[in-house]
Amino acid sequence: MGIYQDITRNGMWKQNPAVAQILGMCPVLAISTSAVNGISLGLATALVMALSNMCSAALRNFIPYEIRIPVFILIIAALVTAVDLAMNAYFHTLYLVLGIFIPLIVTNCIVLARIEAFAAKNETAPATFDGWMMGVGLTAVLGVLGGIRELLGTGQLFSGIEMVIPGTHALQVLPEDYPGFLVAILPPGAFITLGLLVAGKNWLDARAARAAAAAATPAHA
Amino acid sequence: MNNSPYFRKPTSIQVIMFKVLVALLPAVAAYVWLLGAGILVNVALASITALAGEAAMLKVRGRPITPFLSDGSALVTAWLIALTFPPLSPWWLTVAGTLFAVVVVKQLYGGLGQNPFNPAMAAFAVMIVAFPALMSQWPSVGHPLDFSAQLKLILGGLRELDAITGATPLDALRTGLRESGHPVTITSVMNGNPAFGMAGGKGWELIVLGYLLGGLWLWQQKVITWHIPLAFLAVLGAIAGIFHLASPEHFASPLFHLASGGAMLGAFFILTDPISSATTPRGKLVFAAGAALLTWIIRSFGAYPDGVAFSVLLMNILVPLIDMYTQPPIFGHKEGGQKQ
Repeated sequence: MGIYQDITRNGMWKQNPAVAQILGMCPVLAISTSAVNGISLGLATALVMALSNMCSAALRNFIPYEIRIPVFILIIAALVTAVDLAMNAYFHTLYLVLGIFIPLIVTNCIVLARIEAFAAKNETAPATFDGWMMGVGLTAVLGVLGGIRELLGTGQLFSGIEMVIPGTHALQVLPEDYPGFLVAILPPGAFITLGLLVAGKNWLDARAARAAAAAATPAHA
Repeated sequence: MNNSPYFRKPTSIQVIMFKVLVALLPAVAAYVWLLGAGILVNVALASITALAGEAAMLKVRGRPITPFLSDGSALVTAWLIALTFPPLSPWWLTVAGTLFAVVVVKQLYGGLGQNPFNPAMAAFAVMIVAFPALMSQWPSVGHPLDFSAQLKLILGGLRELDAITGATPLDALRTGLRESGHPVTITSVMNGNPAFGMAGGKGWELIVLGYLLGGLWLWQQKVITWHIPLAFLAVLGAIAGIFHLASPEHFASPLFHLASGGAMLGAFFILTDPISSATTPRGKLVFAAGAALLTWIIRSFGAYPDGVAFSVLLMNILVPLIDMYTQPPIFGHKEGGQKQ
């Protein structure tokens, strides 16, 4: 079971696509204007990553090494097309909001990066799990980033949730007359907030390392 | 970045910053006389916020607090914010702007001497993008409310401002020229609006003179050199003059450009920021001329009423490049580094 725990820890924290590897920045910055948008695109990416890792790992012994990149891209493109059509059919309003960013999952470098770095060298089951956990780690960051930006920008949380779960409403967290810090919704807000999230992760890591060092010293002394 | 000889009386940051604050006093006095004492509340709010934000960030970063707090640089940023924001803006607008300037633009980049962008102008740009309506409400000059009413406007949430506030002259001119359906000329816009005075806005001439006076004193005290203010004002005046001569009914006069908005404040107090502006003499000329060109373009064709803040930030980005290409030759060497 050890390998699955490692994969989970890597995806969610240690090698998190958004705050550790800083990969796939285009959708991370552009679509994280609200928690719902971020989580929706994150889950779509996670689904594509799990399936593309699965297919690539299963086919890895039949793909000539020299042309592996175009083959991987073809696999990803086919899967993204399927996800794109499915979202258009089942979540049409959300599909209109996310727009071009769903087809653009093809070019999201984290998808190809996980195939190249993990799926091309591992068995099908762990590769599928790796794709999924990396996608979930990305989704978590997109959700937090979107939530912060939305809260600062509009005073609400989960606006647009009715596009995913009909009959629900956005949460009005801050008072109704909150003026709305528009910059948080605009691109500069995405860059600044993501920078703070990366700094926060590094700070927690540094603190954990210090605590571990402090705990280890007396044992050796 | 200058040539030898390097003999020079070392001037402490504290003295420089104190002199900048003194140089701002004439304009502050003009403000109080024309617009009422509300500006003093904003100055106090911004100063307290800047010092508190700076102290908190220095503590988080593990730096000594007292030497950095007492250098006065946070106060200069705070005063510039208080003077560039509308004087009756609600307290949280000033506080949020100052915190952004000190915490994000200054301290997150490494504190005094490390920030590539002018903190006060970055705060202004962020706030005018986030709250365009609040940042454009300037009180009408010459009819100040009494102090308690101003205090209520700043501290209370009451925003019944339409009766006492209006657009700045630059804003009024831009809107007048742009947004009426039929073709208009500058004369027709200006004649119908009591906001316009002799040179720029009515009453603003005095505040602009205050900045000019303070700026000239700073130059006399050798806190700033002549390069940046002269290049900025000359280039802005020249471009405005050329277009005004070519089409006087569509482009405002150079006097109007120099006497409105942030032109004079920018020329002497903002562009001359020793940290975020160019450091070589020729670089300063290029830097200020670029800022003047951008200011005129943004004012004449842009979506925002004044362009000084944005042009300062855009030129800040270019400073490393400007400094690299305008290095003066080392003493005893010819231009280009060859030995004489």
